[in-house]
Amino acid sequence: MATRHDTAAPPAKEGGAAPGRPPAVLTDADQRRRARLSRRWQRDKRWSPYAFVSPFFLLFLAFGLFPLLYTGWASLHQVELTAPTDMTWVGMRNYTRIFDDDFFWNAAKNTLTIGIIATVPQLLMAMGIAHILNYKLRASTFYRVAMLAPYATSIAAASLVFVLLFGRDYGMINWALHFVGIDAIDWQNDKWPSQIAVSSIIIWRWTGYNALIYLAAMQAIPQDLYESAALDGASRWRQFLHVTLPSLRPTILFTVVVSTIGASQVFGEPLLFDANKGASGGAEHQFQTLGLYLYEQGWVNQHLGRASAIAWTMFLILIVVGIVNYVISRRLRASS
Amino acid sequence: MPKARKVRRPKSAQAGGHMHGGPIAYIILTVFTIVSLFPLVWTAIAASRDNNRLAQNPPPFVFGSNLFHNLDVAWNDANLGTAFVNTTIVAGTSAATIVFLSTIAGFAFAKLRFRGRGALMLIVIGTMMVPPQLSVIPLYMMVAKLEWTDQLQAVILPSLVSAFGVFFMRQYLIQALPDEIIEAARVDGASSWRVVWHVVFPAARPAMAVLGMLMFVQTWNDFLWPFLVLSQTGNPTVQVAVAGLGRGYTPDQSLIMAGALLGTLPLLLVFAIFGKQIVGGIMQGAVKG
Repeated sequence: MATRHDTAAPPAKEGGAAPGRPPAVLTDADQRRRARLSRRWQRDKRWSPYAFVSPFFLLFLAFGLFPLLYTGWASLHQVELTAPTDMTWVGMRNYTRIFDDDFFWNAAKNTLTIGIIATVPQLLMAMGIAHILNYKLRASTFYRVAMLAPYATSIAAASLVFVLLFGRDYGMINWALHFVGIDAIDWQNDKWPSQIAVSSIIIWRWTGYNALIYLAAMQAIPQDLYESAALDGASRWRQFLHVTLPSLRPTILFTVVVSTIGASQVFGEPLLFDANKGASGGAEHQFQTLGLYLYEQGWVNQHLGRASAIAWTMFLILIVVGIVNYVISRRLRASS
Repeated sequence: MPKARKVRRPKSAQAGGHMHGGPIAYIILTVFTIVSLFPLVWTAIAASRDNNRLAQNPPPFVFGSNLFHNLDVAWNDANLGTAFVNTTIVAGTSAATIVFLSTIAGFAFAKLRFRGRGALMLIVIGTMMVPPQLSVIPLYMMVAKLEWTDQLQAVILPSLVSAFGVFFMRQYLIQALPDEIIEAARVDGASSWRVVWHVVFPAARPAMAVLGMLMFVQTWNDFLWPFLVLSQTGNPTVQVAVAGLGRGYTPDQSLIMAGALLGTLPLLLVFAIFGKQIVGGIMQGAVKG
């Protein structure tokens, strides 16, 4: 228990405790020096916070905000990769061109489905694992470190390994499936299997990371909430539903937003999942995402203006998703 | 007087975090650990075989004898020597700069009073929501105009900002740095920079180390932007070089796996040594204050 110093110690008498300063005889020079020091002190106190935060904001302006706005500007021009400085105003033509392109809608749909297949099971599993890790366990540090190991693996390395594991003829996964009587699945060329395979790379890399984030939030929940729920006779499952989940709502929202942003950007996994098809995302574009489509338009077909239009479309979609998320979370908060 | 019966609480009604995990908890965690680690272990197994053995059923489950040969060939084929030097420079510079800038900015947001603090912090959090990849086209134009293609500064410069870093250091310093120490240093006449140097940095050191490792891992694994500005053979980073191994119609899978293994190994070593701190750091960054 903390000692309350204000009651424990006798109140200081005014001017009693500290000996008063001897009356100082200040020369003019001294006074000027003090005034200068005090001015410098004031300046320092006033401006140094801005000095501390400005590098971040300057770098962000140069490499975050300016490029984002410039992408919007470039999306209204015809720009080719071969001469990136020659810009011809074309208005909305880049947007109408990509909206008329079936591959854009195909990529948008794939991004959505891969995003759902990758994000929903990932976050659900992360939640379950976090719940288990929240029990008292032996070797819990080992489990935490082990399940974070995929996070240390790069997209490139992970994708190449999963290509082999998902091989049609000699892949480990088809080999394991034949024991349960499932015929070889063409993970690269069939639409849904390929999307599941690409999603599984994402799930593998990020589930442990999200589990740790949920675990941290769970450990911050006050213990008495559980104790009073237990006294009321709530089962473990009801405690999870009525104590854990509501307390985790901000964290869940955070992970959903971050995962949504991540899912909208998926690029490396489908690019490398069929390295020879590269930017097309499979022979039939069956797992081409918007990120890949942007790369194909910009760097393979060399239309940077059109690629910019794709980027801005993605950005606008994200803003809409963000607003929807915000509205839903406010509704949930209001209803509880 | 009737003896008070001892009420045993039903087992199902115990309170959350105090519960001991049963065998099922261990089984689930073990399965999940195996799923997490298996692809990594299998990369090493596949890298130790030859290509023909990988095109047979069942797939190999034990190590072969080709590991060092494959590592050697992959190292030379993919220009991994250059790639390792490049990636170390890029990740090292980025991580160090991010840690420094995040610490001073995080300190200002955590402990200093200034006009616009709340609004600026909101902007920092907002920038975490802006996906960096949406900026690649103008960045590419800039790099092309400056003739920086294939040069490391093109990769380093855009990776020097991290809103997460600022947020992370702010969260840490709010708790770890008592206001009294700053005031004491102030009373002693220390300027703001001296306070940062002699008070903030020592107090923030554990968080700086963790943030440094997180940022090192992130930059080391960065793919899209290096892939766009660096060529796969001339001056690649490790990820770009490893990605290049997968090309060609009859690729040697064991070599690809050797390359993937080499690209992952340094980070797995970092994890084996500092795993506990990194886990702690991620969990720390997750809790909002």
